[in-house]
Amino acid sequence: MKLKMTTLALGAVMAASPVMADLVFPSLSYRTGPYAAGGIPFADGYADYFTLVNERDGGIGGVKARVVECETGYNTEKGVECYESTKGEGALIYQPLSTGITYQLIPKVTADGIPLHTMGYGRTSAANGEVFSNVFNYPANYWDGASGIINYLLEANDGDLSGKKVSLLFHNSAYGKEPIRTLEELSKKHGFTLSTLPVDHPGQEQKSQWLQIRRDRPDFVIMWGWGVMNQVAVQEAANIRFPMDKFIGVWWSGAEHDVMPAGEKADGYKAVTFHGVGRDFPVFDDIQTHVVDKGLAAGAGDQIGNVLYNRGMYAAMLAVEAAKTAQELHGTAEITPAMMRDGMEALEMPEARMSALGMPLFGPAFNVSCENHGGPGLVGMTQWDASAKEWTLISDFAPSDREVIQPLIEADSLAYASENNIEPGC
Amino acid sequence: MPLREDSSVPEQLVFAMEVTLNGLMAGVLYALVALGFVLIYKASGIFNYAQGVMALFAAMTLVGIMNGQVPFAHLINAIFGGHVTHFGWTVPSFVAIVLTIGVMVLLAWMVQHFVMRHLVGQEPIILFMATIGLAYLLEGVADLMWGSEIKTLDVGLPQGINLWIDETTFQIFDYGFFIDNLDIVATIIAALLVAGLVAFAQYTKQGRAMRAVADDHQAALSVGISLSFIWVLVWSVAGFVALVAGIMWGTKSGVQFSLSLIALKALPVLMLGGFTSIPGAIVGGLIIGVGEKLFEFLIGPMVGGATENWFAYVLALLFLVFRPQGLFGEKIIERV
Repeated sequence: MKLKMTTLALGAVMAASPVMADLVFPSLSYRTGPYAAGGIPFADGYADYFTLVNERDGGIGGVKARVVECETGYNTEKGVECYESTKGEGALIYQPLSTGITYQLIPKVTADGIPLHTMGYGRTSAANGEVFSNVFNYPANYWDGASGIINYLLEANDGDLSGKKVSLLFHNSAYGKEPIRTLEELSKKHGFTLSTLPVDHPGQEQKSQWLQIRRDRPDFVIMWGWGVMNQVAVQEAANIRFPMDKFIGVWWSGAEHDVMPAGEKADGYKAVTFHGVGRDFPVFDDIQTHVVDKGLAAGAGDQIGNVLYNRGMYAAMLAVEAAKTAQELHGTAEITPAMMRDGMEALEMPEARMSALGMPLFGPAFNVSCENHGGPGLVGMTQWDASAKEWTLISDFAPSDREVIQPLIEADSLAYASENNIEPGC
Repeated sequence: MPLREDSSVPEQLVFAMEVTLNGLMAGVLYALVALGFVLIYKASGIFNYAQGVMALFAAMTLVGIMNGQVPFAHLINAIFGGHVTHFGWTVPSFVAIVLTIGVMVLLAWMVQHFVMRHLVGQEPIILFMATIGLAYLLEGVADLMWGSEIKTLDVGLPQGINLWIDETTFQIFDYGFFIDNLDIVATIIAALLVAGLVAFAQYTKQGRAMRAVADDHQAALSVGISLSFIWVLVWSVAGFVALVAGIMWGTKSGVQFSLSLIALKALPVLMLGGFTSIPGAIVGGLIIGVGEKLFEFLIGPMVGGATENWFAYVLALLFLVFRPQGLFGEKIIERV
């Protein structure tokens, strides 16, 4: 009896003492299926950064971060299931790495009060924070990418694209169709002719599209691809001898595995980006020391510095910084999803902060606000060097054409607000 | 070479000819995948859902062997610690192909021994369901064995535009046709493969036994043919065909998990050509290849493009209206 009472008393004391719960960051990853080659390095980079923060800094504000991984297979239904099954764990933020899943989650996260961060993908008009209170797509969105490509072409052609022919080769999905409207507006503004060439999932067979490109002889080809579509497109471009330096992909078509299968023939291919490339940043030394060398890496540790690993790591870093901002704002280390949302909305990422994190000039400096959840839309251009087998940043991060993009964001977001009875405001 | 500006040849005509030729070449690649389905269906009545995954598995095994990759390295590292990834050697492609064939034969034996043997006498739908399970299992095993990253496959096959055809057609039509060297090689290999399969079926003891089993299981058993051996043989041959398809498609796009989706391209070919005919797979592939490419060229621009995936099925269904058993399929008459 005495022992029982002692045990009960001890249990009561333990239950009453303050236990710091983990900060939960679900990772809706895809390590299997046709898009795994892109999903794995992103998921590894995402997980490794949280491990680094735990190992090096003791967590975020003293509270350990916990990554809950759920396999979506890049399948929208599975993505929604993953959301439903993980949100109960106290999820602070979702980054589903899929435009299809994003579209399904927007109403759900808004109702549940959990923030959604879709960095460089998802619904572009979510940049309007007055309508999409819980959705963020900083530091750049698809339309910034499309505009960044056209700006780069303008610069390379003495500011004049009139009379030029531009073909858009796109994944025939909600994701692939995102840039069309922007490119149409830009073609009117700059006088180039735009033709669109859809490629059906998964994109293994593109002979028709490339025969048409060979017949039309466009001056430039822009690609909005993902998965096997990218590798096949680069190979087909090489086959018809389309000049690689006139072939530019969005950031989801610009990773190492997109160009490696084509070998030397992929040399010179370009892709727009919103973050740094390579592993020449101090943060990677920290990841090597505190994560990989300790055997804690999510993968084999051989993806560090690869484009999509860097992007996953960058996404995690922005989540950690938003969590820190939320902790400061609310004066507590144990933040809720609503507090996390506030942290994201108040996020400031000046260059000094990036440098302090071991990521100098890794991405553009930016601030988030209630009105602008999309950041400044600064994008740069990268180019593939096949002999060195590496991507190189060949331009500075430059602004996109806000004159064209902002009205499109306004129109699309207000249409969404009207359809969903949302009163825009901050 | 682009169309000569002062050419009097109607450009739509030469473009259509180029599209047709490319459609024929694409059709051969579809037929390569369809052949594997036909072989197993003909011999055992099983629609092998796992055929696309077998192509993926074969191609991944080939690349893994060529690169000297340690199979199950992630699993080994996770259990025993360490960072083993490669043996430190590379294997010539010919040797690697022979070794991969060996792996596919072993796989065939395992499928027969651990799955199909236990399902003898079951309804076809049960066997079909078993192959669905097999597909997922094989995909997972391939992932565990060789990893999920995209692998470059180079067995020395030529790729890129065939310059001789480009120049010759330019002299004739004022427009140089694009034909991919890889597609030409695929056509030659497919022709050799079909000739080899026909010769095997007609002139070897095992081939004749295979045909006997295909015609009537009970009769074949009564004359002493081992069903078990024949099914291992058939799955092995289908594995070999899957390897050939995997090499062709993997050379184009790198070896990756989407390779298993090439099976989707074989289904309309099978519907059109019939599930039991090797010539049907070839002719069906050619019809689908040319049909979808021409439709995309002529009608695609009017309807927003990306018609190939669905039009292949429309074409196959149209044929089914007139010949439900497919072009070369066996007409089954069941009397009540």
